[in-house]
Amino acid sequence: MAINETTLPAAVAWRPDFAAIANWIKPGAKILDLGCGDGSLLKYLHQERNIFGYGVEIDDQNVLGCLQNGINVIQNDLESGLSSFANDSFDYVILSQTLQAMKHTAEIIQEMLRVGREGIVSFPNFGYWKNRMQVIRGHMPVSESLPYRWYDTPNIHLCTLGDFEELCHQCNAKILERRVMNGDRQIELLPNLLGKLAFYRFERG
Amino acid sequence: MPESNSVGIVTPQYVHIDKPLELKSGTVISSYNLVYETYGTLNAERSNAVLVCHALSGNHHVAGVYEDKPKSTGWWDNMVGPGKPIDTDKFFVIGMNNLGGCHGSTGPASIDARTGKHYGANFPIVTVEDWVETQAQLAEHLGIHQFAAVVGGSLGGMQALQWTLDYPDKVRHALVIAAAAKLTAQNIAFNDVARQAILTDQDYYGGDYYSYNTLPRRGLRLARMLGHITYLSDHSMASKFGRELRDGKFSFGYDVEFEIESYLRYQGDKFTDLFDANSYLLMTKALDYFDPANAYNGDLIAAFKAARASFLVLSFTTDWRFSPERSRDIVEALLDNNINVSYGEITSTHGHDSFLMNDAYYHQLVRTYMKNIEV
Repeated sequence: MAINETTLPAAVAWRPDFAAIANWIKPGAKILDLGCGDGSLLKYLHQERNIFGYGVEIDDQNVLGCLQNGINVIQNDLESGLSSFANDSFDYVILSQTLQAMKHTAEIIQEMLRVGREGIVSFPNFGYWKNRMQVIRGHMPVSESLPYRWYDTPNIHLCTLGDFEELCHQCNAKILERRVMNGDRQIELLPNLLGKLAFYRFERG
Repeated sequence: MPESNSVGIVTPQYVHIDKPLELKSGTVISSYNLVYETYGTLNAERSNAVLVCHALSGNHHVAGVYEDKPKSTGWWDNMVGPGKPIDTDKFFVIGMNNLGGCHGSTGPASIDARTGKHYGANFPIVTVEDWVETQAQLAEHLGIHQFAAVVGGSLGGMQALQWTLDYPDKVRHALVIAAAAKLTAQNIAFNDVARQAILTDQDYYGGDYYSYNTLPRRGLRLARMLGHITYLSDHSMASKFGRELRDGKFSFGYDVEFEIESYLRYQGDKFTDLFDANSYLLMTKALDYFDPANAYNGDLIAAFKAARASFLVLSFTTDWRFSPERSRDIVEALLDNNINVSYGEITSTHGHDSFLMNDAYYHQLVRTYMKNIEV
């Protein structure tokens, strides 16, 4: 078969949030990425960790983006659960910066635990000090990680690190690892105050 | 007139296959004719061939027009052509009339050389598996050892699925559109009412109507009218016809009053001039019998273990004859086998017929997927 190099899609560039997730992924793993957008993360993980996987996406343009990127994508509404996917059928189920926009928050965590051996969730930390400052000044935060105004935001379930850990406890999810980032810096000190983006890796408790 | 990006004037070709074919029913057909059309050019590596499988009433005339017949546009001309989603500048596309059809391949209306008469009811029932076998014979005739893709909608999608099971190494991609891994009871029920309409027509003569110089026009017409209702959605019928009356008022009789009645009768009448009733019976049976999981105690996951192709599965939200749920059955079985699969659920108002329509998202899905196929 003649492969025309020029038709191969370009590689995905390094991103701190992608790298943080890639760090946790064992090479060759089978991955389900929920709300996968145009498939960039899966493509990045394929480049870096040689993973095999599928994305789930509801938006037509994103589904087309996945096909363009050569990523397997299943067009499905996450709010209706993951009934297409069998128990324990993935090494990791990833929910990258999507949890805060979902209606069925606890349900999706439970579905992740059913379908995957491990779950990985990332979300913008509402407890980040700049967000708190804006609230103190009397306004809903608008920032780089939360770029929407209160009336047009898709983010209906914002939370802090502590809030998410409480939900994990309720869902019987055992947290294995946590990483908090601010840009490409990892935050160790006062993460709930200084961290912009939180990453959690968990399994069934 | 052909559009500027049409494949243009096309000519059907014929091949006589002399190799006996043992059908799934056990009957052997000693030789048969296949009619087909091709669009685009087979490359030197023979790696760019795409087989388009047709549905119940389709045929080999997928794209382009016949010389001196400007209205004879192929049934999937909006999908297949230069620069179209299935791009004939890249791919060598083949359309073939299925065995048992009535547009040139050997079928019930053909003359049986042994008797000098029409096959009629003596033509054996063929299945999707049998069709795949004849398509493989055509591929061999054309020197194609592996298809870049096998594509089909509805009954055509079933053939694409069957290809990946019977010849896993001979098909790299399968595009399965508005199809199902098996028909539901409701779907079989519709087929049987259609068959009963034909079989109980007094002009059917046990399938030998050719000898009586007639045809079961009434039955075939009813069958097509019923089928047509199930290919449309409630919404598309309501918006196209609503309760419009032809004369603006009730006439308190049984003649055509509502526009929908006029439309259905017209579709039914037109169809009886174009299609052979025996072929219609046979095609609906092939639909009913299709069930690759049957040999695996109903386990579709086990059935797909053999598949090696990558899949694009597509469904349409208002298709209730081949609903999105049936496409998701296929996707789930593929997922459980770690097979490359993408699934698109297209929001469309046109019901099952959507797969023939010009929908922007639908066509972009096919275009994008086909673009990434290496040849």
